[in-house]
Amino acid sequence: MSKTIDANNVSVHYGKFLAVEDVSMHIEKNSVTAFIGPSGCGKTTFLRALNRMIETIPGGRVDGSIIMDGVDILGADVDPVAVRRDVGMVFQRPNPFPTMSIFDNVVAGLKLNGERNKATLQDVAEEALRSANLWNEVKDRLDRPGAGLSGGQQQRLCIARAIAVKPDVLLMDEPCSALDPISTLAIEDLILELKREYTVAIVTHNMQQASRVSDTTGFFTIASVGEPGHLIEMGPTEKIFSTPLEQATEDYITGRFG
Amino acid sequence: MTAFYPPDSEDTLVKKTSRGRFGDRAIAFFASASGVAVIATVLLVGLFLLWRAIPSILQDQVPFLTSREWNVNNPDDLRFGIVDLLWTTVLSSVMAMVLAVPVAIGIAIYITQYAPRRIARPIASAVDLLAAVPSIVYGLWGIQVLAPAIEPFGDWLSENLGWIPLFAPGLTSAGTVYSIGVVLAIMILPIITAISREVFDQTPLLHKEAALALGATHWEMVRTTVLPFGRPGVISASMLGLGRALGETMAVVIILSKPAPGSDFSASIFAGGETFASKIANNAAEFDSPEKTGAYIAAGLVLFVLTFIVNAIARWIISRRKEFTE
Repeated sequence: MSKTIDANNVSVHYGKFLAVEDVSMHIEKNSVTAFIGPSGCGKTTFLRALNRMIETIPGGRVDGSIIMDGVDILGADVDPVAVRRDVGMVFQRPNPFPTMSIFDNVVAGLKLNGERNKATLQDVAEEALRSANLWNEVKDRLDRPGAGLSGGQQQRLCIARAIAVKPDVLLMDEPCSALDPISTLAIEDLILELKREYTVAIVTHNMQQASRVSDTTGFFTIASVGEPGHLIEMGPTEKIFSTPLEQATEDYITGRFG
Repeated sequence: MTAFYPPDSEDTLVKKTSRGRFGDRAIAFFASASGVAVIATVLLVGLFLLWRAIPSILQDQVPFLTSREWNVNNPDDLRFGIVDLLWTTVLSSVMAMVLAVPVAIGIAIYITQYAPRRIARPIASAVDLLAAVPSIVYGLWGIQVLAPAIEPFGDWLSENLGWIPLFAPGLTSAGTVYSIGVVLAIMILPIITAISREVFDQTPLLHKEAALALGATHWEMVRTTVLPFGRPGVISASMLGLGRALGETMAVVIILSKPAPGSDFSASIFAGGETFASKIANNAAEFDSPEKTGAYIAAGLVLFVLTFIVNAIARWIISRRKEFTE
């Protein structure tokens, strides 16, 4: 079930270093939100705050509140592990588990949740692989290693793995940056399909990609290296890319900066 | 089009290439020579063992592989079999493995996945230090300190599980397979820990993050990524440890009690015995005839083959899932 996200005054620290400062935003359910901005601007850091992955790094800390359908996922009584079961993530480089088969990769999350019923696992694996547009390519070799697939297929396998546990939100951290243009297109088509069921947030360096797949775009930047990242402007994607309110946004999207 | 590169720069290019080629050749020669030397050494050792062992085995009056007898003082009536040696060697080494491998994996996981850096370093160094202790020191410490200390647990085992032949009551002294098994476990612990630590440390962050992002707890992350990733390395490490345990001599000579000639066979870890290595070492002073020497070399040959088999099995286990490793 897709969820809305409200981030209020979110700041992220790595130890003493303030990486992202005071970000507030509203993310609509069943939408694709793109985070763009120059390297080091904190967009990936902010994305990783949304599933509390930041806290897996020693010294990582998130302040503020992130409300998903009324629940503050940063609340003291909320288990970060439980958050990550509801908020799926796809990484920059495809990372299927090398020691597992394609099938075992897809159902890895379910097995962590304690699902052992073979029929259920098989059904879910097929459904997830179909949703990830990968079923037809791998249905005859589900027992083969996941690492034997092409880069694009591996990334779709990772998407299948993330959606197999039926998350509410799907986070994607530059999911196409290691892929060729054709595989990129396949993933972009997939993102448009996925938003029917999930709230999707995607970090991308590719502005064409942001304009192709997203409904809303947020622009992050930093004043200079070592300074915290800020959310400069957020709005409907076509507006951000045609008539942004801020000069910094316009400079970035027109290529004068970043 | 006129030549873009001036002729003399072309010359230097050619010279550089040929110099590079000589370096390439030298390194390639050195590397291949080293590789060949290793294989040649193993072959020569094997040949030596065969060369010296076969004449004695041919003169053996009892079945070499299955006899419990060992009397080689009369060169015209050689009677020697290795089954007791094989049993004691394998039993003590397997016991050492059973004790050491889980502990080593536990330490390696703790150091690489749980401990804060300032604690991990000292623990890792302490384990490495264990590897530097000479085996004679382990032998002395084992017989003087460790064996008496673990005796109560041994007594408890033989009292309560004595109906299992492996735990049948045996010697009352400290010189048992049980004692040497524990000492060997401590001796092989560092090598298994050190290699396991290395491989666990190399688990790519990408895979660990993949597991965490799926909602794995810390332990589930370790179980789904670190352990499978490190599996081949842990197996190799265990085999290195097993190799050391099988061949360990000094500590075994000091600790393990030699049974009286002709005493009954005991499958118990609370019996004494001799391993291949301790048998040879105990008698090395008395190699006075080629036939007698050959008998001991034959025992060495079996140990040599045993370590070969152990390694082959390890390779096979690793290669079985090769395509599932990176």
